[in-house]
Amino acid sequence: MSPRERTQPADPRPAPPESPASRRPAGPPPDLGALERSWGTPRGLWGSLATVDHKRIGKRYIATALVFFALGGIEAFLIRLQLSRPESTLLNPDLYNQIFTMHGTTMMFLFAVPVMEGIGIYFVPLLVGTRNVAFPKLNAFGYWMYLFGGLFLYGGFALNAGPDAGWFAYTPLSGPQYSPGHRLDIWSQMITFTELSALIVAIELIVTIFKQRAPGMSLQRIPLFVWAMLVTMCMIILAMPAVMLGSGMLLLDRSTGTQFFNPSEDGDHLLWQHLFWFFGHPEVYIIFIPGLGMISAVIPAFARRKVFGYPAMVLSLITTAFMGFGLWVHHMFAVGLPPLGNSFFTAASMIIALPTGVQIFCWIATLWGSRPRFEPPFAFIVSFFVVFILGGMTGLMLGSTSLDLQLHDTFFVVAHLHYVLIGGAVFPLFGALHYWFPKMTGRTLDRAMGFWTAALLFVGFNLTFFPMHLLGLRGMPRRVYTYLPGTGWGPLNALASVGAVIIAASVLVFLANAIGSRKRAAAAADPWEAETLEWTTASPPPSYNYARIPVVTSRTPGWDVAKGDVGEVVNMRDDLREVLVCRPLDGEPEHREQLPGPSLWPLALAITVTISFIGSVFSPLWFVVGLILCVPPIVGWYWPEGARERPGLEKAA
Amino acid sequence: MIGALALLGPVLPGGVPTPSALRPAAPQAAGLESLWWFMLWTCTAVFLVVLAVLAYAMLRPRTEEPPARRAAEIITAAAAVSVVILFAFLIATMATSRKNPNEPRPTDRIVQIIGHQWWWEVHYPGARPDELVISANEIHLPAGRDVVLDLTSADVIHSFWAPNLHGKRDLIPGRHNFFRLRPENVGTYRGQCAEFCGYQHAHMGFIVFVESPDKFEEYLASQRKPAAEPVSADASRGRQVFLTNPCVTCHTIRGTGASGTNAPDLTHLASRRTIAAATVDNTAGHLGGWIADSQGVKPGNHMPPHLVSSEDLLALVAYLRSLS
Amino acid sequence: MRIRNELALLAAAAVLAASTTAACRRNARQLRDRASSASIPQSIAVSELQGGPYTPPVTVQNPYEGNAYGISEGQRLYEWYNCGGCHFRGGGGIGPPLMDRDWIYGGQPVNIFASIIEGRPNGMPSWRGRIPTNQVWQIVAYVESLDADRRIAAPPGAREEHLQAREGRPSR
Repeated sequence: MSPRERTQPADPRPAPPESPASRRPAGPPPDLGALERSWGTPRGLWGSLATVDHKRIGKRYIATALVFFALGGIEAFLIRLQLSRPESTLLNPDLYNQIFTMHGTTMMFLFAVPVMEGIGIYFVPLLVGTRNVAFPKLNAFGYWMYLFGGLFLYGGFALNAGPDAGWFAYTPLSGPQYSPGHRLDIWSQMITFTELSALIVAIELIVTIFKQRAPGMSLQRIPLFVWAMLVTMCMIILAMPAVMLGSGMLLLDRSTGTQFFNPSEDGDHLLWQHLFWFFGHPEVYIIFIPGLGMISAVIPAFARRKVFGYPAMVLSLITTAFMGFGLWVHHMFAVGLPPLGNSFFTAASMIIALPTGVQIFCWIATLWGSRPRFEPPFAFIVSFFVVFILGGMTGLMLGSTSLDLQLHDTFFVVAHLHYVLIGGAVFPLFGALHYWFPKMTGRTLDRAMGFWTAALLFVGFNLTFFPMHLLGLRGMPRRVYTYLPGTGWGPLNALASVGAVIIAASVLVFLANAIGSRKRAAAAADPWEAETLEWTTASPPPSYNYARIPVVTSRTPGWDVAKGDVGEVVNMRDDLREVLVCRPLDGEPEHREQLPGPSLWPLALAITVTISFIGSVFSPLWFVVGLILCVPPIVGWYWPEGARERPGLEKAA
Repeated sequence: MIGALALLGPVLPGGVPTPSALRPAAPQAAGLESLWWFMLWTCTAVFLVVLAVLAYAMLRPRTEEPPARRAAEIITAAAAVSVVILFAFLIATMATSRKNPNEPRPTDRIVQIIGHQWWWEVHYPGARPDELVISANEIHLPAGRDVVLDLTSADVIHSFWAPNLHGKRDLIPGRHNFFRLRPENVGTYRGQCAEFCGYQHAHMGFIVFVESPDKFEEYLASQRKPAAEPVSADASRGRQVFLTNPCVTCHTIRGTGASGTNAPDLTHLASRRTIAAATVDNTAGHLGGWIADSQGVKPGNHMPPHLVSSEDLLALVAYLRSLS
Repeated sequence: MRIRNELALLAAAAVLAASTTAACRRNARQLRDRASSASIPQSIAVSELQGGPYTPPVTVQNPYEGNAYGISEGQRLYEWYNCGGCHFRGGGGIGPPLMDRDWIYGGQPVNIFASIIEGRPNGMPSWRGRIPTNQVWQIVAYVESLDADRRIAAPPGAREEHLQAREGRPSR
């Protein structure tokens, strides 16, 4: 079937009489101009700074995260250059330590989580059929905190004060005695920025998913990607506080003489490790589970079937998230904890493979005999299967408390973590970006270049990281700035460095593809004929998302709309920023709510909070000054907007 | 012979073979190696089967969606098989771990290893306090006997890893980790620090010499002796240089009055094959270079460069090479 | 227009961050310090009085002044060379306290340097030839940081934490 132009819902047809809300001809046609005036962002610099449109903020998250991805990639490239030969003198140890720390920190805190958040912020409201996230100004504030945190870290790096104790910053190496200067203070405070931002996104997306769905979209009908985001956001709320607490304690140890991690004063170095890994292991699932959601989002359009086994898929996501909190000690198997306790974490590390395995089996069932259309997004999905399953297998090896003693802290772990993170998150991410690019930008990506991106990434990735399994078994530890020639690690390292060049080429092809899209034809509303709601509106969606909120009757509302089978909500105000608030479980609408419009207060508050956080690295007085400075923006933020006509709380007709 | 071997390519300092977790020389490492092969073959089979099924699913001719009931049954069966495999991994892991208890028993020989930035301090306690041997970076162990390593650190977290002998264990300040080894095959094995510990983490290696119990006792006996008296005039001058320079504030040479404890014990320096934590061979050239400009070999390490006159340097090197 | 604005914002932020590429003095780290045999200044005077008309003395700079890495190394060396054996952690004991402002032999960095190098009556050993020159400067920088009232560039952590890693022995 050829793609059809679609900017408005199909011609109204009588809806089934048992759902009076979906009788389309009843209400007046939506006033698109009024909707645009209500929901749009003013032009100019003021609009850019004050916007609360989730689509603009989501795109900013994605663009900023991709910039950090490029920076982290450059750092990785430098690492590979340095390690390509034994005893290379390209980077001195101090610079190398900063670079590998920045690589890990950038990729984990500034790229992987924010990019997933960004895609969630952009697509969750569209997928659940609402016009914005639940807390638009908070959304804007979260983005600024993320940006300022990233700039703070890179500013420090530019001043030779980049962190150099690894992205995990074990004490006492990261403590005041062995990390002089402000390097680790900047790192610790950056964590506060980015994790605050993550918590904000978590709160708003959870509320949006539970309370702002289109009528008829019960929890059993929300797309699997939305389930994945919901589960991920719950994990963020439970995991981030651990690292914020740990980094706060580290800051205090370094600046004010507390002794949390000093054993001679009844502190403990293992306290840092437990706190960090209690966050650190869920962190990788926070990165990986949205990837699983993206796979479920992309496959149906190309297999032309909905994903098999919806309840099993949802339960697998929830189970993976839940179990993900019980694994963290597998990062500490070499520390010398009691063996019985270690065995518990081995058992947990093994069994968590089961829910992901069930998901893979369900996808295979979805694809069984489907002869999928092979387009670039699907190429990335296939790569995911190969790369991630291999990474999962090495993960089982590392989960074994005995075998891990040989593999821990070697390049085997580097190989494993990249296989699961790039396989489980970056490949799905690129697939999702190719899939959703027409929707987000209104332009198409070139098909051939898309395939080249996938092929180069797949080949380059395997060339870089597969040899590292062997290097680990042959004794090469992690985080070494060089190695002796007699170890024989040179050839495999050189091979890995060649692969890095190929990965860089694939990213450049993608960049060229994206930039070149401006000159290509405009994208249709539904180029893939997909089953979810976002394809029923224009590409890119207007500021109000949907002219009328759709009424959902199945798990595949996109295909229902294509058949002309979907009702709409009428009688909502076009001249106010109004959304429907629903019941959490069954999606039945409860009342209408007004959301705030563009405002500069989130930026102002972000600036004052940034002053407080950055200043506190240098002197505690700044923390107090910053807090006092925060009061005016908070007052401005919450200042009542004056009497405005409110239609009163009533059930939607 | 070293010269002939040099034709084969670069060799590790001390002529030690390259490390590998897949060439075990101790039952602990052998147990881990078997676990590795068991898991590798099982995981490879699973990987290939899953990918083959996936490929078949996508490439087979187009059919209707599989009936939900049948597909659910197959998925459940696959999940059950997965659980069995995972459980097998768990049992294999616990069995291996039970074979490697670490708690010291009264009959075990204890060797204490204290990690420093970026070298290994080795203590061999004896039955009496005066039988204590202190050395650095090269560890001698008796073959076929149980040895328990008492691992701790004097500064940051390090990790002791000799892949041919066992897995790794961290050295954590303020904590003692006990780690049992039973090296079987006589030979030399290279190890390296496996927990990021600062600038020279990459050059914090060590060598384990596994020798017959008799040779091991001989080694301890020779190490207990104080430093050899200098025989040549050069060596005497060298000792004088040592005692009048900053060396004495950090290093110990038993029998001379130099008793610094911040840096490796040099009493029997010439008996070691390598210096700078198994980074370079223990030759006159490397020793002189290390003394004159240690920062060139290991930038950031705690040994400051010393610019002594060239005659003094040669004499000092001659003295140090006489300390066997 | 919108996209241009956002790109411009991001670019401005990036330029701002990148423009600060000059390494800050506080954060400089010299791993391969050749100052170990740097000349010991000859112009040290213990007394501020001079015979004849006053001429301002040649000031000798501590190369590690305000440098966090230097102060941290100074703390390590303070432990290694057992300065604490007499001066404890700056409070004094057998030797005079180092954290107050009463300096018997002058409190300028160069005076402290001279006291360490030359030794002093009543028990201060001479460390000339026993501690390399640049390390003496690092110890001087650390000793100066012990002054509780003094504004120092490096964070107070260097004088706060004394990690005791083994029984009865301080770390490092």
